[in-house]
Amino acid sequence: MDVLYFAWVRERIGVPKERIETTAETVADLIDELKSREPRYALAFADIGSIRVAVDQELSEMDTPLSGVREVAFFPPMTGG
Amino acid sequence: MVVRVQEADFDMVAEMDRMRAGRVDIGALVSFTGLVRGTAAGEAIDAMTLEHYPGMTESALARIEAQAVARWTLQATLIIHRTGRLRPGDQIVLVATASPHRADAFAAAEFLMDYLKSRAPFWKKEGTPDGGKWVDARDSDETALERWSG
Repeated sequence: MDVLYFAWVRERIGVPKERIETTAETVADLIDELKSREPRYALAFADIGSIRVAVDQELSEMDTPLSGVREVAFFPPMTGG
Repeated sequence: MVVRVQEADFDMVAEMDRMRAGRVDIGALVSFTGLVRGTAAGEAIDAMTLEHYPGMTESALARIEAQAVARWTLQATLIIHRTGRLRPGDQIVLVATASPHRADAFAAAEFLMDYLKSRAPFWKKEGTPDGGKWVDARDSDETALERWSG
């Protein structure tokens, strides 16, 4: 699936988008998998309370399943307007 | 019902004229324009950069707009949100609502602003002489949303 990062999550991970092959069942599983890969992911996801997620461009939760999902995005709380 | 995400500036008067052009059924036209302030927490800002999530931004704004249309009597709505690098004094966002009477137009405009503050995927980064700083979400923005629930 494609994994996208925005704002300071993007800056900490260092790329705006990447293709990730994973068997993670939920968003939380995917985060755990990424954190175990490299320190930059562990840094970006250190404070999970300040991470929001969209699954296929819909705001979602940490327990949202990833089966059949094409795109996951991680970002901080939104600050529009 | 119009949603636009763009880098370019907008002309509020021209947009409002377009909303009411050729119509005699609109009795109230409300607009809100958000501007970049030159200071944040007492610190001078020389720029504000807005990042967004192309695709999701437009669908999130359209959904927020649809909620407003379902809730109030609206004859037209407009949301224009800018992205990219802005300077103090620049326009960031325009929300406009048209209704036969003012109460619905005022309420819907506030609702649209409250929702796009924390439910549309935009992120602001303030540029200061010391470097950049991502703007934190405010608790007051969540509080503003709560009054619309129920």
